[in-house]
Amino acid sequence: MADQQPPKDVNSKPQHEQDSSRRNFLKNTGLVAGGLVGGSLFGGLISGGLDKKNDQHDKTAGNEGNKGIEVTQARQFFTRHQDFKVLNAATEQILPEDELGPGAIKLGVPYYIDKQLAGRWGVNAYDYRHAPYAIDLKEVDQTAGPGGEQSILDRGMIFLLGLRKMDEESQKRFGVTFDQATEEQQIEIMTDVEANKVKMRGVKASEFFILLKQATLEGAYCDPLYGGNFNMEGWKMKEFPGAVASYSNYIESDEFVKLDPVSLRDYQGH
Amino acid sequence: MVKKLEKVDAVIVGSGWVGGIAAAELTKAGYNVVILERGKNKKHEDYIGTKDELRYSKRYDLMQELNKDTITSRNSMSKEAIPVRNNMNARLGNHTGGAGVHWNGIAFRWLPYDFEIYSKTVERYGKDKIPKESTMQDWGITYDELEPYYDRYEKTAAISGEENPIGPPRSDKYPNPPMKETPNIRLFMKATKALGYHPYRIPSANASKTYTNPDGETINGCVYCAFCEEYGCDFGAKADPIGTVLKTAHKTGKMEIRNDAFVNRVSHDGKKANGLIYTDTTTGEEFEQLADIVVLAGFVFTNTKLLLHSKIGQPYDPKTGQGIIGKNFTGHFNNLSTYIGARGFFEDKKFNNFMGAGGLGATIDDFSGDNEDHTNLDFLHGYEVHYSQLGSRPIANNAVPYDTPGWGKEFKKNSIKYYNRNLFITPQSGFLPNKNTYMDLDPTYKDALGNPLLRVTVEYAKQDIARAKAGVARCEEIMKEMGADKMNVDVVKDDTVFDHKFYTDHFFGGAIMGASPENSAVNTYSQMWDMENLFVVGGSSFPHNSNYNPTVTIGAFAYRAAEGMIKFLKEGGNVAAKPLEKDA
Repeated sequence: MADQQPPKDVNSKPQHEQDSSRRNFLKNTGLVAGGLVGGSLFGGLISGGLDKKNDQHDKTAGNEGNKGIEVTQARQFFTRHQDFKVLNAATEQILPEDELGPGAIKLGVPYYIDKQLAGRWGVNAYDYRHAPYAIDLKEVDQTAGPGGEQSILDRGMIFLLGLRKMDEESQKRFGVTFDQATEEQQIEIMTDVEANKVKMRGVKASEFFILLKQATLEGAYCDPLYGGNFNMEGWKMKEFPGAVASYSNYIESDEFVKLDPVSLRDYQGH
Repeated sequence: MVKKLEKVDAVIVGSGWVGGIAAAELTKAGYNVVILERGKNKKHEDYIGTKDELRYSKRYDLMQELNKDTITSRNSMSKEAIPVRNNMNARLGNHTGGAGVHWNGIAFRWLPYDFEIYSKTVERYGKDKIPKESTMQDWGITYDELEPYYDRYEKTAAISGEENPIGPPRSDKYPNPPMKETPNIRLFMKATKALGYHPYRIPSANASKTYTNPDGETINGCVYCAFCEEYGCDFGAKADPIGTVLKTAHKTGKMEIRNDAFVNRVSHDGKKANGLIYTDTTTGEEFEQLADIVVLAGFVFTNTKLLLHSKIGQPYDPKTGQGIIGKNFTGHFNNLSTYIGARGFFEDKKFNNFMGAGGLGATIDDFSGDNEDHTNLDFLHGYEVHYSQLGSRPIANNAVPYDTPGWGKEFKKNSIKYYNRNLFITPQSGFLPNKNTYMDLDPTYKDALGNPLLRVTVEYAKQDIARAKAGVARCEEIMKEMGADKMNVDVVKDDTVFDHKFYTDHFFGGAIMGASPENSAVNTYSQMWDMENLFVVGGSSFPHNSNYNPTVTIGAFAYRAAEGMIKFLKEGGNVAAKPLEKDA
């Protein structure tokens, strides 16, 4: 992506912040005196990451130079490009780019969702998946299955069917694919999907929409390790500083504290 | 073929607070203990450097894998139950340390009223005040009798707190002072004081300073990093079984924890438990671990399911009111408690909402239990209104005022704007047992071992709705006083029904305690009346649910149960039959 920054810039400031807050933490809690620092509790983090030079990051396999993120942005789950284009358009409508910052696409949300659907979440690996399935629940029991919990379909299938349904609706109503439709037209279809006015088989359209919205927010605000929240831009917009070690020195402050964000890569110190 | 394993003194199901406390006390007294834990092997090291909202709060890495075992749920006796398929509706603790690892650390005691709820209600209001459907009963123990065990648990778990101005008597102060005070907490305390209430700081197991407990285990001072609920602590600063009681038991050399050990049933001859039959889920082999005493220290669902499946005790039948196992299921339910309340949006104030700790907050007890006169109210028991600064993580926290759409341009703008400009207060309310809210075995669905799932039936009574409404109204009053420019106030409708969410982790009953086998499954040492070498300990023994988080009360009863186990191993018989000598 055009606005990608080199890893060096991403990491340098937070590490400094991190380092000093951690030293303060150790000092404040008396752990240094207690001799616990060398133990297993803090050993990995302190000797591992915080004092390393940033250029070590560049030597990680598959992460040469500035190309690290681009090479992970290819489709694992979606086979049809058209499905992915609909996903791009739909997630961007949920979180559009504006004066506050990037929207879903620039945050990497569609690739995040693609990766999640290719893994254990996409196939409901830890869910209870035994029949009989009861998808035709009364209104009051629908809360038992937000996100299609009671559906026989796994999340991957729900996404495929939902995205294709939106595309089909767009062609039916407007004569263009969903990604080619205007903003108003896309919003109209998504509003109807959310309100369950569009019919899907095997799962309610509203449940697909809940999943789509949840996954979009996850992709915008998860740790960048998952392929979303690109360059921590989602966190920067929200003024959430990520994996900060300690707020001991700030917790009582009457003023709002603005900190540069820390990713888990910075925090764990690979 | 079930392979029999050599007899030990005690075999325990589950390595959470209850199993850990039992193991620590038994091994210190010289007994050999085996803990069977169906979750994975976990150490504090697993939680270092993993402040990852997606992994723990959205993919539920510490919760029970429902593909192996879950529950089914229905909100009326007349319906068929549906299985809870995804952890978003069931946060049940798993792995070494159980739910004691991922808890927030909120550490309340319950009230004297709770333990004698039936007598005290009749005494104050007369028998007619108790609704027809209610099955509330005294616990067979008083607060004063339980107090030493409360003190014991609080000292083990480094509890940090201050005196509650209207709280029950304490034999000693909290082992640590309260956590630091934040502007958010100050705002809540100022508003509640102005309204004439009695705010105090929520007691917490997030330690306010580095502390060494009576067993010699150290809990570090909390650094307010805001990853407590659903997370293991990065710094060993939230008391959990791994860093306290399990560590203490481990040092004796007399405890073995077997992970990946999925207990199938209690083996017994009708009068005496022989041991536990379990499957090693890494090999598929089945074993019988023989023991002199058997301790069920699982979550309420595990304990109840094991009793029903092992055919121990008489199952409760809601139609006749006969039987006891499965009776008096209660809990904090999402749409009545904890996740409802008043959210205030502030235009000119900005809060450090991303900092915090699970137990960091303040509360008022003016409406807890029976602290308020219920003569003219259409419910019994009450609610504690609290503000909790547990740290707003960004995926889960996207609150917008009601007049903002749920997605799109306005949503993005306002969810970002208000992220650090909103505060939420909630009334955690009690829930009283009723005859149609109970647990039994599901007729349809099975677990990974082929056994029936546990079926949970929850019907709300009128008074539960009335209590929730009163709590929300109080939140609205307080949030207004706190100066919010806009408010989202949850609406509790008269026809609200249970929404199949088992999200709060606070559930009780199934093997309730009491003074007599007539109306209880276990005595107040959690010893089964019908099978004296079987102890069923934890939330499963609570005859009702108070308006507080339960862990400290579970810990206190676990210490009492451990005392009973040791006495039984020495002398046999019903350990509640005569008073015990205090040994610590």
